[in-house]
Amino acid sequence: MDRDSGPDGAFIDVDRVEKVFDVRRKTGFLRRERRRVRAVDGISFRVARGEMVGCIGPNGAGKSTTIKMLTGILTPSAGRLRVAGIDPARERGRLAQRIGVVFGQRTTLWWDLPLIDSYRLMHRMYRIPDARYRANLDRCVDLLDLSGLLDVPVRQLSLGQRMRGDIAAALLHDPDVLYLDEPTIGLDVISKARVREFLRTLNADRGTTVLLTTHDLQDIEQLCSRVVVIDHGRLMYDGSLAGLHEAGGSERVLVVDLERELPPIDVPPARVVRVEGPRQWLAFPADRSAAPLVARIAERCPLVDLSVREPDIEAVIARMYAQGVADRTERALS
Amino acid sequence: MWQAALCTHYASALGSTVLGGRDVGALRLYAAVAAGGFRRYATYRVATAAGVFTNTVFGVILVHTYLALWDARPHLGGYDQAQAVTYVWVGQALLATLAIGGGGVERDLMERIRTGDVAVDLYRPADLQAWWLAADLGRALFQMVGRGLVPLLFGALFFPVALPADPVTWAAFAGTVLSAMVVSFALRYLVALSVFWLLDGMGVAQVAHLVGYFCSGMLLPLNVFPGLLGEVVRLLPWSALLQNPADVLLGHADPLDTYVFQGAWAAALLALGRLLQRAATRRVVVQGG
Ligand SMILES: Nc1ncnc2c1ncn2[C@@H]1O[C@H](COP(=O)(O)OP(=O)(O)OP(=O)(O)O)[C@@H](O)[C@H]1O
Ligand SMILES: [Mg+2]
Repeated sequence: MDRDSGPDGAFIDVDRVEKVFDVRRKTGFLRRERRRVRAVDGISFRVARGEMVGCIGPNGAGKSTTIKMLTGILTPSAGRLRVAGIDPARERGRLAQRIGVVFGQRTTLWWDLPLIDSYRLMHRMYRIPDARYRANLDRCVDLLDLSGLLDVPVRQLSLGQRMRGDIAAALLHDPDVLYLDEPTIGLDVISKARVREFLRTLNADRGTTVLLTTHDLQDIEQLCSRVVVIDHGRLMYDGSLAGLHEAGGSERVLVVDLERELPPIDVPPARVVRVEGPRQWLAFPADRSAAPLVARIAERCPLVDLSVREPDIEAVIARMYAQGVADRTERALS
Repeated sequence: MWQAALCTHYASALGSTVLGGRDVGALRLYAAVAAGGFRRYATYRVATAAGVFTNTVFGVILVHTYLALWDARPHLGGYDQAQAVTYVWVGQALLATLAIGGGGVERDLMERIRTGDVAVDLYRPADLQAWWLAADLGRALFQMVGRGLVPLLFGALFFPVALPADPVTWAAFAGTVLSAMVVSFALRYLVALSVFWLLDGMGVAQVAHLVGYFCSGMLLPLNVFPGLLGEVVRLLPWSALLQNPADVLLGHADPLDTYVFQGAWAAALLALGRLLQRAATRRVVVQGG
């Protein structure tokens, strides 16, 4: 264990953190309504050094707000935050040397100047020793395929090129932690693959702790052993991606083709979710085997063909979000 | 003597506000930022050429107006005709340099504040005000060379001007122009920060440009203004922009007195900018952005 981590080895420690925004809205001439938005509503999680954690959640869930608090540009309304042993909001300057940040929707690059000029500024801004700067720049240029772009003004870069440029800019000072807020937003398949490959290498080779938010589950599937689901400012799930299936009450679907049209087959715990002519769809818990089910159906019905569809993580998440809404509605009504 | 002492005092005060008392590393960073500002504006070739043309044409028009005025009222404001003509060309040379009609880096800053991109600037280990000051000084230097020099040369060649032969006066002039750049930035920085509260800074910017035009002496030299109005206008920070450098060049003002005046305004306005910046960042940091 290193001295920057908390007593239990947490490099990033988020403890019952809340963020409440006061929103003032004009509701008429000279009339203003004050509304409080609970963007983050008591979230706790810990990230160990060298971990790679993905954070997902519907729009407005509080992901960006959480990241901003972890960089120190927003102060939490309540709770306690530590990154590398530093209280971000209190010691923003000191933390800056330890973290790299990429906001997919914003850029730190100097818009009108060649990419390399922004890197030279980072060199001075973070006081990176010359040799280290050179080595890091060369590595990033190589891995992110930036060599042809260094002399191109940033405004002429495509979105994917700019994103790669921004990622490099965030890493020149060898940060221990990298936050990425939607790093693959708007990228095509190839650019996404390249960014993911780079992050994987970064995490594996340098042990950089990575916390990223995304709406693309493939980012999580391909990069993160651990996923955190946030909805309406609350932590809905924290664990492995596989575990999400259980938590989300995931189901597999058995598709059977019968000889002729028949009424829905009754074989609990499976239930028919769809009938289309001689074809029927039966959903059953993902942790059950399909074999006994198939045997029971074959006993009773003339079976022509069958296939099993694995649960779709997108569907699991969608159900989880929907469940969150239902729970809240219930709470509100009761 | 007291002026020299005051002068060094202001210079160091200025230095410490701007750099936050930081070391050589910070100086190198802000030098790099200034170089970036210079190069950035150097990429706008067409705009620069158009600006040179406009400033020259405007200069010609203004010179003729001034000549008619000074014909009717010789020695108006203590200038003779050649001095009045020189004043016009100095003004055209400094108009873009000091961004008196707008067009400095504050435009970018306002946009960053409006879109919330400024939040990204806040987690970086650099001071916001020093960063933008450096970028604006780089810009001003480019505008002076790229846009100011030609109109001034043009005026000197084709019109009866009263330019000094003494290099010391030119050096003193260069010093007042540099101070004017800082005062000009400090004023525009305040305008830019207003976006934190107003969300749309265009109104404030427009008023600031109009006031700047009038109060810097861009329309008419401030020593022409009569009575109390003249007294007041000559004490305002905008007179540090054009009136002061022109007067030093024309041998109308003592350089040291001028430095003290400009330095005092620069220090006061930069300090006010810092205060506002602190309030603004607190607002962003606590409120979100
Ligand atoms: N500066 C702010 N002032 C007021 N409300 C804000 C502010 N920033 C965020 N919010 C609100 O806080 C909530 C969470 O926003 P946040 O940007 O963290 O969501 P997100 O999870 O990043 O969503 P998305 O996936 O759309 O990026 C939203 O309801 C948003 O409207
Ligand atoms: Mg977001």
